[in-house]
Amino acid sequence: MTTTTTTTTAGLYDSEGQEKNYLNHSKGLWSWLTTLDHKRIGVMYMICVLSAFLLGGIFALLVRTEHLTGGETIMSAETYNRVFTLHGAVMVFLFIIPGIPAALGNFVMPIMLGTLDVVFPRLNLMSWYLWMTGGVFFVASLAFGGIDTGWTFYTPYSTTYSPYGPAIICALSGAFILGFSSILTGVNFLATMHMLRAKGMSWFQMPLFCWSLYATAIMQILATPVLAITLLLLIAERTLSIGIFDPSLGGDPVLFQHFFWFYSHPAVYIMILPAMGVVSDVIAVYSHKHIFGYKFIAFSSVAIALLGFLVWGHHLFVSGQSALLGTIFSLITFSIAIPTAIKVFNWLATMYKGSIDLKCAMLYAMSFIWVFSIGGLTGLHCAAIATDVHLHDTYFVVAHFHYVMVGGTVFGFLAGLHHWWPKIFGKMYDEFWGLVAWALVFIGFNLTFFPQFFMGAQGMPRRYWHYEPQFQAYHVASTIGAYMQGLGFVLLAGVLLYSLFAGKKAPRNPWGGTTLEWQTTSPPPLENFPHDEPPIVGDPYDFHAIEYKEELEGYVLVAAPAAHDAERSIVEEIVEGAEADSYGSRGN
Amino acid sequence: MTQAHATTHDAHGHDDHGHAHDPNQAHHFESMEQQVASGKLGMWVFLATEILMFGGLFCAYAVWRARHFEAFEIGHKQLNTLMGFINTLVLIASSFTMAWAVRTAQLNKNKATAVLLALTFLGGCGFMTIKYFEYKAKWDHGIFVGEPWGHWNTFREEAKTELEAEKTATQLAPPTTGTPGLVNALPTPGKTPEGFIGADAAAADAHGHEAEAHAPPAAHGEGHEPAAEGESAHAAAGEHHIDPDDALKARTFFSIYFCMTGLHGLHVLVGMGLIAWIFFRALKGEFTETYNAPVDLVGLYWHLVDLIWIFLFPLLYLIS
Repeated sequence: MTTTTTTTTAGLYDSEGQEKNYLNHSKGLWSWLTTLDHKRIGVMYMICVLSAFLLGGIFALLVRTEHLTGGETIMSAETYNRVFTLHGAVMVFLFIIPGIPAALGNFVMPIMLGTLDVVFPRLNLMSWYLWMTGGVFFVASLAFGGIDTGWTFYTPYSTTYSPYGPAIICALSGAFILGFSSILTGVNFLATMHMLRAKGMSWFQMPLFCWSLYATAIMQILATPVLAITLLLLIAERTLSIGIFDPSLGGDPVLFQHFFWFYSHPAVYIMILPAMGVVSDVIAVYSHKHIFGYKFIAFSSVAIALLGFLVWGHHLFVSGQSALLGTIFSLITFSIAIPTAIKVFNWLATMYKGSIDLKCAMLYAMSFIWVFSIGGLTGLHCAAIATDVHLHDTYFVVAHFHYVMVGGTVFGFLAGLHHWWPKIFGKMYDEFWGLVAWALVFIGFNLTFFPQFFMGAQGMPRRYWHYEPQFQAYHVASTIGAYMQGLGFVLLAGVLLYSLFAGKKAPRNPWGGTTLEWQTTSPPPLENFPHDEPPIVGDPYDFHAIEYKEELEGYVLVAAPAAHDAERSIVEEIVEGAEADSYGSRGN
Repeated sequence: MTQAHATTHDAHGHDDHGHAHDPNQAHHFESMEQQVASGKLGMWVFLATEILMFGGLFCAYAVWRARHFEAFEIGHKQLNTLMGFINTLVLIASSFTMAWAVRTAQLNKNKATAVLLALTFLGGCGFMTIKYFEYKAKWDHGIFVGEPWGHWNTFREEAKTELEAEKTATQLAPPTTGTPGLVNALPTPGKTPEGFIGADAAAADAHGHEAEAHAPPAAHGEGHEPAAEGESAHAAAGEHHIDPDDALKARTFFSIYFCMTGLHGLHVLVGMGLIAWIFFRALKGEFTETYNAPVDLVGLYWHLVDLIWIFLFPLLYLIS
């Protein structure tokens, strides 16, 4: 053991005497493909999910371009059906669900816990390979002619009517495999948070991002298997015609909807909760102020996770569900607004009297609050049975869930990406161009989806290829917005990629973060923390413990963070509010 | 949980602890206990996902049984309860040897562990063999799920044509004479149409395999020619008539039967693979008092597979 230890230690430094980091401690593609390091797996995930985002985005632009005019603009109705289906399927299964947990979470979470790795590093790598396999199946379904069922694979489209049988089986297998990948990530994360928190770190000293990943893991573990069996049954139905969902064989198509949404509604929270976690951390850091209502935010994540299992029926208000059932589902759906609102108010209270730094990450986080609130509040329209009968399957619903998924998850993802980019790659990006990209994305996003609320309320049905002339102005505005977003995303990619080559070297803590990942180098060494500097555990939001150092262009830890839990009494919150101007210590 | 915290820096500092570590301990764990506890937690959580996956099937089962209770009545009689019962015993016995193997592994008795694991593996083999014969029998009788390979569809078509022909016959015949064929073709709910059940051993003998599955009307004979005969033949065959709807419904039962037992069988196979893996490790003497987690975890998995069967057996074989 001693000899291996010595060689490891010798290998810790590069030729310039700098400690090697996880990026340069070994070289070559093979060293990445066989890595068990959670940071490298996170980066590999990031590359892959962002590629999927690009693919899904191209499909989205095709859809929007088609809608510049009613009738055929650039594609036939059949092609249109396949394009919007793949847009949805790729975005949901390949990007949004794995996006934040598998890419950012994988990288950041173990460092936040002050540990070496996730509990099961091999499973972690396996989940990445499963993701890749699932992705290949999805792309292969294109080769078989594409799928045209919508991303939900509703029966009887998927069992009976769609002519693209092999493509559907391919896509279903892909989604099944991706589900497995998601389950493994969930199991891994949950066990990591239980078993591997740094010595002395209590549950309530975990950063809120970890709490949100914990809640996400619960849902990944409990909901995804049901999707797995549903997809298997659907595959069996399509290949062997067993007839679980086909009415002509004694099956029930609505049963599919129940099964599907039993997974897919919790999946909506699998998508949004990690984003909420990112936003909780980002808001505290850029307000330079202790998070307000730590336990409320932490437990509201868990509450959302649990309630999220009980609301799937609100997708079936017009599917022949009984009025009593509809009423119950409607009520539980309304109740989810409570933990969600608790989060929003806590974020606002955190910002109140904080010393706010309008950096890119903070702008995305603030846009998240704005956009997600619109998405959430319009969700209430859809949760009310009477209005939903009118709004169901219209562009109102499309706008609602894009405000939640894009405005919520994507903005949360981007906030996290900007926040942790210097930590992940050790380079600073250009703030100004980052801001320009943010402005394009934010304005473009609202321009794309806000008109869709009007269209939908006036009766424009979703997934239609053709529309009446009265809707054209809205559609054109929406398409212009989509192009604007596209431009913003390209610029954003340019800004971040440029920083890899020409960016300034990042200090350990450029933003003033107080969680453990900011105590280590940027990028971190293979074993997460420099071997002579173990992380110092304490209140993860103790901003008194850090100070800005001009010469480093970053913050340093000047005292051990307070040893108590992150939750504080209301009195402390108020006192700190009064003191707020005096720290943050940037003088702005 | 307090003992389970990890320090961050023992990866390159194993020597700091001043005592030798188990070579099986992964570098990111502080102690063997922590590693074992982590593995167990992970396995239990994984088993939860398995339960939910089967939970979907049990849910489909419940919905269908409530909706097509006659189909379950008709269908389950095709199953061989004795074989199912023997299989249950086999699996319980294998669970016992598995649990015993876990204990011997903890006591550092690798030889005993290997023997017990071999027995467990044989239990799995026995289960799959019996299952094979059950499936084979169903297959031979044309009971399968799908159109590509099963005979259900052709059977359904035949039955439909038959019914059509009878309707025509009824229209032709004067209403006052009565048409027993039609009456029997539309059985009241809950009434099991005779002939189809195939429980009638005589009919089964007379008509061979096909008869057991969906005993055709005696008057039709082996040829199974649909509706070519005259009215008199129908009148004779009347009480053995097969309702196409019931054929369809029994198929419903077998769809869920094959889905549930098929998925379970797949799990048995996976479990056997895992047992084979730890069997060879036990042969090599790899397990010790401190390092026996693989046996333990495979054991947990095997017990779950067993447990699922304990639920499947009454739900599929013992209903009435």
